[in-house]
Amino acid sequence: MIEKPVLIRDDGLRHDGRRPDELRPIKMQVGILKNADGSAYVEYGKTKVVAAVYGPREVHPRHLALPDRALIRCRYHMAPFSTSDRKSPAPSRREIELSKVIREALEAVIFSELFPRTSIDIFIEVLQADGGTRTTGLTAASLALADAGIPMRDLIAGVAVGKVDGVLVLDIDELEDEYGEADMPIGYAASIDEIMLLQLNGVLTLEEFRRAIELAKEGARKIYDQMKKTLHDKYLKIIEK
Amino acid sequence: MITMSSQLKILVADRQIVRPGDILAVMEQKIQRPSYNPEKHVYICEDKIMSAVLGLASINDNDISVIPLEGRYFPRVGDTVIGLVVGVGITNWLLDIRAPYKAVLNAGEVIENFSPITTNLRDYIDVGDYIVAKIAVFDRTRDLLLTVKGKGLGKITEGIVIEIEPSRVPRVIGKKGSMLNLLTSRTGCNILVAQNGVVWIRCKDERSSEVVVKAIRLIESRAHMRGLTEHVRMFLDKELA
Repeated sequence: MIEKPVLIRDDGLRHDGRRPDELRPIKMQVGILKNADGSAYVEYGKTKVVAAVYGPREVHPRHLALPDRALIRCRYHMAPFSTSDRKSPAPSRREIELSKVIREALEAVIFSELFPRTSIDIFIEVLQADGGTRTTGLTAASLALADAGIPMRDLIAGVAVGKVDGVLVLDIDELEDEYGEADMPIGYAASIDEIMLLQLNGVLTLEEFRRAIELAKEGARKIYDQMKKTLHDKYLKIIEK
Repeated sequence: MITMSSQLKILVADRQIVRPGDILAVMEQKIQRPSYNPEKHVYICEDKIMSAVLGLASINDNDISVIPLEGRYFPRVGDTVIGLVVGVGITNWLLDIRAPYKAVLNAGEVIENFSPITTNLRDYIDVGDYIVAKIAVFDRTRDLLLTVKGKGLGKITEGIVIEIEPSRVPRVIGKKGSMLNLLTSRTGCNILVAQNGVVWIRCKDERSSEVVVKAIRLIESRAHMRGLTEHVRMFLDKELA
């Protein structure tokens, strides 16, 4: 057994030097894939994710089509090289579950009833995993959907709050997730003020939970602003050219 | 029901880039249920009018809508489209009109006194042909039906066909057809811009068709620019000089 590393240092900062309420450096790009209708690349620190969106398009196989709305399919997948030990490329139990929760978060914002008998396919590929891959994936998928021109109520920003050594911290990474006491990823649509995804692994008191939600919303708002800026800048760049 | 009769407090500028979830305007009274307006690409939540897509805000008097910058073609009855024949059946042709649904053109539309015993449909229209057609029936529950009865409809036998982003069609046509008028009058070409983002160009010589294609590509890449018509006018003057 490896000894538990120091997660909160004596000066109150985290193992990587961040304040408890500080996000990792975030990078975003949209329209990176030519063949997809919409695509995005998002980095939360060392976590790197690509998302691609196709549709609305014809459903294959046909019998899956829904008569009143679009079928939304989502695949969250980790590349075999995304972790330090090779990950089997076959979808694991965990990946199937994350595909489902991300899909349900996005279904809540997409106006799927506008496109009956079609499918909207979302692919999320984790290139490098360092904690918070589902939240990074959700942010990327949301950007890719906007880039594909699919009507949505709002964008969703994903961010996780964790509890490490008794302190609530924002945007936890792999190490903090592994040795921390709790991990709570949320998906937040800031403009309509709705939480679209909420999971909790570990134990939080009710009071801690309330504070964690507030902390997560605050972090998600910063990510949300950056998402909007990224979409805006895509067109600004073309003007400057 | 969306009523825009009450005074709006508009929060965005005309032609500003807006993203899903951006608040465009605030109404005086709140409405009970959130509603979506597919033509305007906006939705109303309580007293706020929000954008559902990535696009440009368009303000007309006391009304606000969004012109989408991305997205696939979604068919509407009455649209003129250019389809590629992808299949020949016994009594109909199957066309790809770049929509999420297959389009059907019945043989009776093309051939008088049609009988499947005496005629071979391939003698009239074969796979690979482009057809100018109108959408006759589309009720979201069945595949859509096309018609070629009408002026200017039918098989394309000359000129060139290019594909553009369907979201750029309104810009290529311009306000009250201003852009299209500019292109046709300067080059002397016959241009048909179909709603599904397929353009049919007929020119007297190769040089002018080249210029038209270049100009359309220019419009496509700078669809959100202000004063685009002026820009294109200058481009045409330079190219044709």
